[in-house]
Formats: sequence, C-alpha cells, structure tokens
Amino acid sequence: MKLGILVNEGPYTHQASDTAYQFTKAALAKGHEIYRVFFYHDGVNNGTRLTVPPQDDRNIVKRWSELAAQHQLDLVLCVAAAQRRGLLDASEAKRNGKDADNIAPGFRISGLGQLIEAGIQADRLVVFGG
Amino acid sequence: MDEENGEGVAKKFLYVNRKAPYGTIYALESLEVVLIGAAFDQEVSVAFLGDGVYQLVKGGDTKGVEMKNFSPSYGALDDYDVNQLYVEQEAMQARGLVEADLVVNVEVVSAERMAEIMESQDVILSF
Repeated sequence: MKLGILVNEGPYTHQASDTAYQFTKAALAKGHEIYRVFFYHDGVNNGTRLTVPPQDDRNIVKRWSELAAQHQLDLVLCVAAAQRRGLLDASEAKRNGKDADNIAPGFRISGLGQLIEAGIQADRLVVFGG
Repeated sequence: MDEENGEGVAKKFLYVNRKAPYGTIYALESLEVVLIGAAFDQEVSVAFLGDGVYQLVKGGDTKGVEMKNFSPSYGALDDYDVNQLYVEQEAMQARGLVEADLVVNVEVVSAERMAEIMESQDVILSF
C-alpha cells in the first residue's frame, strides 16, 4: 500500500513524532511504500538539525534523517508553519535576510500543496498528533 | 481508492476542526490547509466538532489578545467553492449556541450523522 504520513506535533513534548517514526519504519519493513512524510504545526520542529538531546535518549531528528537516507523518504516541512517557528533552509534564510539556516539532512521545505497531493496520491493518509 | 493513479480522480476530503480558535494555532493552520487544498479540485467538506464550533461564532474581537482575527476567512470559503460545512448539533447545544450565532451558513448534523459523513470520506485531516 502507498501511504502518506502527517506529523502534527514536535519532538519530545508529544509522542506523535515517535509513533509516526515507528509506524513508518514498520510499514517500510512490511514492504509498503511511503509516498511522503509531511510535517505541519509544531511538527516542523522535527526537522531542525540544532537539537541536542541527552546522549542516553533517542535522537528524534537524526532518526528521521537516517530513515530518509536509507529509504529515500521525502520528508517535507510546511513552509508557512516552518517560517513562523524559525525553521529555515538556506534559500529561505537568504530570502528573509536571516543569518542562519537549520534544516536537518533529508528534510526539505515546501508548500501545503504537498500535503494535499499526498492525500490524493496515497492509498491512505495517516495522521499523527494534533 | 481502487484507481492506480489519482490523476483526474476527485477524492473526498474532510477537514475536521475540534479546537477553539485562539487558544492554540490548530484552527488557523487548519484554515490555511483548507484554502490551499481548495485549488486541487477535490470534493471538500469541513466539519466542526466539540470546541471547534467556537471557530464560527460571530462577533469575536481579538484585539485584547493581539492576534489576527481570522473569522472573516470562513466567509470567504464559499468563494473557493468550499461550501459544505457541517456542525455537530450536540456541540452547539452543549455550548448554548444556535445557527444564528455563526458567521457562515452551515448544515447542523447529529453526532451520529457526522460519523456517517466521516465514514464516506477518502481523506480526513483532523485538527
């Protein structure tokens, strides 16, 4: 089955991102296709490469990046939600006159149309958090 | 859906709003998805359950909390061909609201009917 994943909460405060990650990993292991993982609301915070969690805890951002590299996942942060919350890629940082960008490897920033498209193209869109 | 390819096949999208408008950002960001999604020529409906019904209440004034009042945007949904709005009857009753209190025309439905509406969708985005 072709699945779209929507992550609506940030890392650590809510379990939503952990559950979405475990679900995505399990779905891939069962041979399902992940069409896209879209991050919305505080979910965009899953895509900052500046998180430094304690060493004896899971590294949620790194874990997503590694899964994306292993399976060529399309991890998309909503641009409007990301800009509000201080998540910028290099081109957005430049365009908005900011002196830094902070997107983790494997993530990209794009519009909400990518979420709707995932709803249209995937057999199921599975929503986590919110 | 059974179709191999979603191209040209309209899916039924339902956006479910469950939260009051200004305490959290969910209502505003849900509205942003609905407005963007309207450009995709799908069959769109919007539902308001629980405290979500407060999103449609007339006469809100957000000056005191220094937030943008986005309640006029619900009136613009019709211009985007989003005109199927369902409101949960039990949620209205529990909050002492009647249809005349709302900023847009809606269809008030029982929770039981709402469940049937949800059952008939292809994609449900819940905020």
